[in-house]
Amino acid sequence: MRMRTVEISVGAFVLAGLVALTFLAVRVSGVNVGGGDTGYSLLARFNDVSGLRERAKVTMAGVTIGRVASISVDAEYGEAIVTLTVSSGVGPLALDTGAQVVTEGVMGGRYIALSPGADEEYLQDGDEITETQGALVLENLIGDLVTSLGN
Amino acid sequence: MFLLLRVFGQRALSRLETLGRATVMWAQALWGLPTLGDVPLLMRQIYNIGVLSLIIVCLSAFSIGAVISLQFYTQLARFGAESIVGLGLALTLLRELSPVVTALLFAGRAGSAITAEIGLMKTTEQLSSMEMMGVDPLHRIVAPRLWAGLICLPLLTAIFSVVAIYGGTVVAVDWLGVDIGSFWSGMRDGVQLGRDIGNGMLKSVIFAIVVTWIAVFQGYDTVPTAEGIGEATTRTVVYSSIAVLALDFVLTLVMFGEFK
Repeated sequence: MRMRTVEISVGAFVLAGLVALTFLAVRVSGVNVGGGDTGYSLLARFNDVSGLRERAKVTMAGVTIGRVASISVDAEYGEAIVTLTVSSGVGPLALDTGAQVVTEGVMGGRYIALSPGADEEYLQDGDEITETQGALVLENLIGDLVTSLGN
Repeated sequence: MFLLLRVFGQRALSRLETLGRATVMWAQALWGLPTLGDVPLLMRQIYNIGVLSLIIVCLSAFSIGAVISLQFYTQLARFGAESIVGLGLALTLLRELSPVVTALLFAGRAGSAITAEIGLMKTTEQLSSMEMMGVDPLHRIVAPRLWAGLICLPLLTAIFSVVAIYGGTVVAVDWLGVDIGSFWSGMRDGVQLGRDIGNGMLKSVIFAIVVTWIAVFQGYDTVPTAEGIGEATTRTVVYSSIAVLALDFVLTLVMFGEFK
């Protein structure tokens, strides 16, 4: 009888520990256990993506519709190549959809905001968004301002 | 002058010898992997070490989570950045506080008990009578405790994190009025499974090895007197705490060293 209580409580303890681990993985880090969400990926080239991180959100009209999958650099043109994953539930995006690197709040992180296009045709998996605007870097802005004031 | 050097050398040699004995004992105990016949022994130890530590772990976790939330909130509210309370709470807990505090509690609650138990067994010559009966005390007494510690501490750490995040949520969301949506989404955006949760768990596995090793060895190496047991128990808690805190710094440096 005594041994049974021990066994039951050990079982409950191990189970609680495993449940806690799953909770941490799913609720806290937001990992999708079921093989990840099925989305399609799009490419976008920016002249500057300072402050943008992988896993940053991709929004349209303020609604999160995807994530930044990876960021790499094209050294030849000096451009950043950003791969976006857009969840397939969003519906098709027009071919001339725009992408902009924007800042969340005053101290917040950078994310990508998509603006709707008007084209009849739609972006397919692996297509490139051509209408892009990179991050506004404060130092550059101030530099421009100083130069134009100097003139 | 030479006397001083000699004393120093003797000290160093005896320390080295102790370390060697501890390593040999540890390796020998872990060498025989637990077989099916050892499951009841292991069960009993998991109960003693893990289940009985649950209450203290949960209580401390709740209050630590609540305090961190409160501190983050009061500082971040000055910049209007209350929405990252959740992220700060989760990262401090998963990366540092859960593994470290759980290991410290574990050393105080379970490590000292292991040392006292094995020390008393040695003092009352139970260990040597076991050897006479042909039962290997390393296999029968030491190994189940080492394995139980290795299983329990990571699980306790995970439970600690969850309870602490719950405590933090109660304070931040229910009491201070942080928006629950930004609290959780901030947490989910910033926490990565491998980098934060994985490394935290790895830390707790390493702490488990160190703390159980120290506890078991101190018990096994006790001077067989009542006073000796007391000293050994104290040494377990002191050495484990120092080892955990020092190791934590090194591990953090290795795991999260390249801050970008």
